[in-house]
Amino acid sequence: MPPAFVELLQFLFSGITSGAIYALVALGFALIYNASHVINFAQGEFVMLGGMITWLLLSHGIDLPLAIAGAVAATVVVGLALEKLAIEPVRDANVVTLIIITIGAGIFLRGLTSVTLGKDLHAVPAFSGNEPLELLGATIMPQSLWILGVTAAVVLALHLFFHFTILGKAILATSHNRLAARLMGVNVNFVLLLSFGLSALLGAVAGILIAPITATHFEVGIMLGLKGFAAAILGGLGSGLGAIVGGLLLGLIESLGAGYISSDYKDAMAFVVILGVLFLMPQGLFGKRGTERV
Amino acid sequence: MFKRMTTGLLVGGAALAATFGAAATAQAQDDPIRVGSFLAVTGPASFLGDPELKTLEMYIDRINGAGGVGGRQLELVHYDTGGDANKARTFAKRLLEEDEVDVILGGSTTGTTMAVIPLVERAEIPFVSFAGGVVIIDPVKPWVFKTPHTDRMACGKIFEDMQARGITKVGMISGTGGFGKSMRAQCLDVGPDYGVEIVADETYAPSDTDMVAQLTKIKNTEGLEAVVNPGFGQGPAIVTKNFAQLGFEVPLYQSHGVASKKFIELAGDAAEGVRLPAAALLVAEKLPMDDPQRPIVMGYKSTYEAVHGEGSVSTFGGHAYDGLMMYKAAVEAAGSAEPAAVRDALENITGFIGTAGEVNMSADDHLGLDLSAFRMLEIRDGDWVLVN
Repeated sequence: MPPAFVELLQFLFSGITSGAIYALVALGFALIYNASHVINFAQGEFVMLGGMITWLLLSHGIDLPLAIAGAVAATVVVGLALEKLAIEPVRDANVVTLIIITIGAGIFLRGLTSVTLGKDLHAVPAFSGNEPLELLGATIMPQSLWILGVTAAVVLALHLFFHFTILGKAILATSHNRLAARLMGVNVNFVLLLSFGLSALLGAVAGILIAPITATHFEVGIMLGLKGFAAAILGGLGSGLGAIVGGLLLGLIESLGAGYISSDYKDAMAFVVILGVLFLMPQGLFGKRGTERV
Repeated sequence: MFKRMTTGLLVGGAALAATFGAAATAQAQDDPIRVGSFLAVTGPASFLGDPELKTLEMYIDRINGAGGVGGRQLELVHYDTGGDANKARTFAKRLLEEDEVDVILGGSTTGTTMAVIPLVERAEIPFVSFAGGVVIIDPVKPWVFKTPHTDRMACGKIFEDMQARGITKVGMISGTGGFGKSMRAQCLDVGPDYGVEIVADETYAPSDTDMVAQLTKIKNTEGLEAVVNPGFGQGPAIVTKNFAQLGFEVPLYQSHGVASKKFIELAGDAAEGVRLPAAALLVAEKLPMDDPQRPIVMGYKSTYEAVHGEGSVSTFGGHAYDGLMMYKAAVEAAGSAEPAAVRDALENITGFIGTAGEVNMSADDHLGLDLSAFRMLEIRDGDWVLVN
């Protein structure tokens, strides 16, 4: 293989791995946005909780699969509690108020974690070892394959859920028209609760998948949340396909930019591209063209 | 007549002042020596300030229990800055003007230290900082000293080791946080002194989750013989894992910023063979029996861990220990706690063995450490091994 090709392949592997994580986080944003038009800025904290709780359970001698299940379950409970305790009581407030509540909830979760679990970095073992696999001259970690595989499975499961179950269709209906869905007998409060639970699940899965690569600590969710949000905006807020494409694109821009242009501007380049896309297509790549009725 | 009266008054006044002055001096011999301190005990730099304060409190108690310094007890006056330079300035003002301290020990970070320097220089009170930055003592300020080694010395130690291995072409991948940025600049500056050429120079943000792209670029650089990673926190652990994944055939050097067991835990198997410079305290038990630093670092480690638990000792608390002990030695050498005499004594300290190494101060060196302050370590089987 020519070295230039191997180099490109290496950048692509690395970009797709990061991109898959961004996509999972972006999907979480999209779900809650669809159900309530709220941008949940505590999404990054779901990611953090997934990793931190997995580490906590592992450190108490619980096996990895059980620890993962426990962390996902615990994060979903936190997501449901967030909706029940902080969002539902004020659901008639305007969207900006709700967004500010989620920012507060994020800071609260971060603070609570730093006080109860400490501020240290923690390692989580890779699911199937640290032996790099070689593919056409480039290398990829087994954990990256886990990330890609699980992300694909989650996306497929979500697709089936939204298109082939009554509950999924109810969520879709609510996202299209809340009032009409309600008149058709959809319990929109339950839909909102469900969307928070699902988002927490996606966040936790992302956090658990990436923990073996980056290690986890109480502030790990800030940047991942921000990148996921950027991916969701890039793809078009509220679009599932957009979130996935946006996430992968963001990961690739970062890795190719750092590789071919300059690593000093890795973060900046991603955000410049997003600004550019929004300038030309304000609704994002796959967003619905919104028209305000006056 | 009138004139004589004025003179008489003046003479009387002078005599009175002399009497009071003598009384004040006599009293000062019984008064405790007031040791002022401002540390980042809370906030993002609390990992520095917390062990520093614990060390000061613990050792001041011990010194007082053993009869104090020159027969006088030490009294600690401490304020928590939270790592905020503005607060540090306010507290330093209070220490100098209201608490009237005889010395200031502290300043956990370079930022808080630099904010305080103009005040202590004006007040002419000796000040020993526990912060890393080389700017604190370069250029030399008459009243300012510091105990920790600098990142410039860490670069020097790494390049010295490379020189011994015949390495000249080096790739660098640095974090863009304060620590990585500063050390990167120092390494670039000091490299030519050791015949080291930086052939690749990449960076990553402290919150980055993947450095494969940067490392791939470094790996494909012509003639690469080693890689250095100045950085702090999770970044170096990820770099180390990515480095192993890409199958480099050259050695990887980390910095003293990750010289803790946590790094080995985070990087796992990928850390095998990684070299890094570190303070002697980290490998206290592994020092040879005839090492002059061994009794000091073993003593500090066991004393600290007896109170605060197994494995709790850190090099940061060691900086505070060095500062306090150096001040004690200076007061004893000067025969008083009078600021100007103590300053001169601090500047003349030679052969002082602290946790950071052997200190030989001079008028143009207010740090007094050389490269022997650092030990080159290699990670083997998940533990440190002393190189050479």
